[in-house]
Amino acid sequence: MSPEPERLLEVSGVVKRFGGFHALDGLSFHVSPGEILGLVGPNGSGKTTAINVISGLYAPDAGSVSFLRSPVGGMASHKLVHLGINRTFQVPKPFMSLTVKQNVEVAHTYGNASDKALPMADLLERFHLAEVANRPASDLTNVQQKTLDLVRALATQPKLLLLDELAAGLNPTELDWIAGEIKTLAQSGLAIIVVEHLMGFIEQITDRVIVMNAGKEIFEGTLAVAVTVPEVVEVFLGGEHAA
Amino acid sequence: MPDTLRHYLIIAVPLLIVMAVLPSVYSNHLLLFNFVIFFILAQGVNIIYGFTGYLPFGYVGFFGAGAYGFAIMVMHLNAPAPLAVLVGGAVAVVLGLILTPLLRLAGAYFSIANLAAALAVLHLVANPALEQITKGPYGVALNGTFNPTMAYAGGILILALTLGIVVYLKNSSFGLALQAVREDSFSASMSGVNVVKMRTVAWLASALVAGLAGGVFAWYVSVFYPDNVFSADFSIFAIVFALFGGVATISGPLIGVIILYGIYNLIGFTTPQYFQLIYGLLIMALVLFLPAGLVSLATRRGWYVP
Ligand SMILES: Nc1ncnc2c1ncn2[C@@H]1O[C@H](COP(=O)(O)OP(=O)(O)OP(=O)(O)O)[C@@H](O)[C@H]1O
Ligand SMILES: [Mg+2]
Repeated sequence: MSPEPERLLEVSGVVKRFGGFHALDGLSFHVSPGEILGLVGPNGSGKTTAINVISGLYAPDAGSVSFLRSPVGGMASHKLVHLGINRTFQVPKPFMSLTVKQNVEVAHTYGNASDKALPMADLLERFHLAEVANRPASDLTNVQQKTLDLVRALATQPKLLLLDELAAGLNPTELDWIAGEIKTLAQSGLAIIVVEHLMGFIEQITDRVIVMNAGKEIFEGTLAVAVTVPEVVEVFLGGEHAA
Repeated sequence: MPDTLRHYLIIAVPLLIVMAVLPSVYSNHLLLFNFVIFFILAQGVNIIYGFTGYLPFGYVGFFGAGAYGFAIMVMHLNAPAPLAVLVGGAVAVVLGLILTPLLRLAGAYFSIANLAAALAVLHLVANPALEQITKGPYGVALNGTFNPTMAYAGGILILALTLGIVVYLKNSSFGLALQAVREDSFSASMSGVNVVKMRTVAWLASALVAGLAGGVFAWYVSVFYPDNVFSADFSIFAIVFALFGGVATISGPLIGVIILYGIYNLIGFTTPQYFQLIYGLLIMALVLFLPAGLVSLATRRGWYVP
């Protein structure tokens, strides 16, 4: 067997409470450079909350998050960005009154986590935003706003990218295209966590999945194996999103 | 030509020259001075509201603090007027620092807390128990430094500084990041922007220009009461002027002052009853039809307004 690849992100026993409710209840998992990890689970199982904790919106109430072997739980978001963590949002959150180019420029100027040069024009071109570069983000379609979220995250040259339902609302052609782009990014060494309800998409791009339910992981392994585990099947059939 | 330089040459420099020359051809110097003060205050509101989204209902607190900073330096330390103006600015910055926790509040909560803070400062200054220091409610008379010509020149310098700040914000990545914070503070953090630091810097810059304006105002009028320099009219006017012209631009707040303060002076004194009516209708029309200010007439068409 090959040795375990180095772990980029290690989440262990993370608890996040809202009032008395445990949105995360001892969540543990890890991800390595170049890996695409699927994070799946029924609505309300805590996927977005996990991303929010990893990206610094919330500090964990218990447990630890470490990135590049240093503890980062509770660290301010902009510092995490400088270490190399970035994300997209389930509901895209561009800077609405700023142009597409300005949106990316802010991240490129303030968030760059790498010394490598990254031509912004190429990035906009690659994600089909060049033709709307000078339009305010509020003019964009929902799908364009999602790609803008992604481009803005990529403009910081992250080592870990958290994608919260990026594929929801995309048509089949766009899905194939974005799947290809995500794989290309992973091949360049980026670790990517993909939260998604579309199992076909998860199947197509992930190396490994974590199945979450009620704030903790109930399965870790490949999707093909996950669907044979009774507990996983039950969680999904019981929820709205039957696989 | 880089945009920054162009904005100085087409907006800031002409305005400063006009305001510097006008006193020699127009005799109502107090009116001209008030225009200078409102240019500064409307741009101060622009810095904090236009670029970061905080609407400061208590903005006059900084102005009044600056005026009293000036008065105390002159009364108790015999400070020369220019130094006292600078101290007025510093006092406002210190007040801004004390009030930074307000920036944790959002929307109307911030505005109301800021209003309350300005009232608290007014009542502190006007407190008879502090008569030894501030002259309390009885007001100050600073005859020793009375020099309207120099005070006017000081006002022009402060306007130049204020315009410099706004031109910088309009053209720098710092100003762009501030606008990003205004649009969505979490997205701004995820763009690597230190949201708390940026907001604080804008807040203090906005406090500084209002404090300097208050200092130079005290120098110019030399006799005033707490109610004069803490009058809510300053906050309301500065906000309305800035919004009317259009914030997050350099020209918008200036246009707002020229038009609205112009109208105010044309019809406000002679026929106040019409003035109130026209003013009220103008503001309602603005909020209903042009929420982004006059400049949005142009920006809607895709034209760039500096
Ligand atoms: N800020 C908050 N305050 C209170 N409760 C919250 C907050 N954020 C999330 N929750 C609750 O935590 C639970 C997990 O929410 P989360 O958004 O992480 O789920 P999710 O797995 O992303 O669901 P979905 O698939 O619908 O996006 C939900 O019950 C949600 O209502
Ligand atoms: Mg979610």
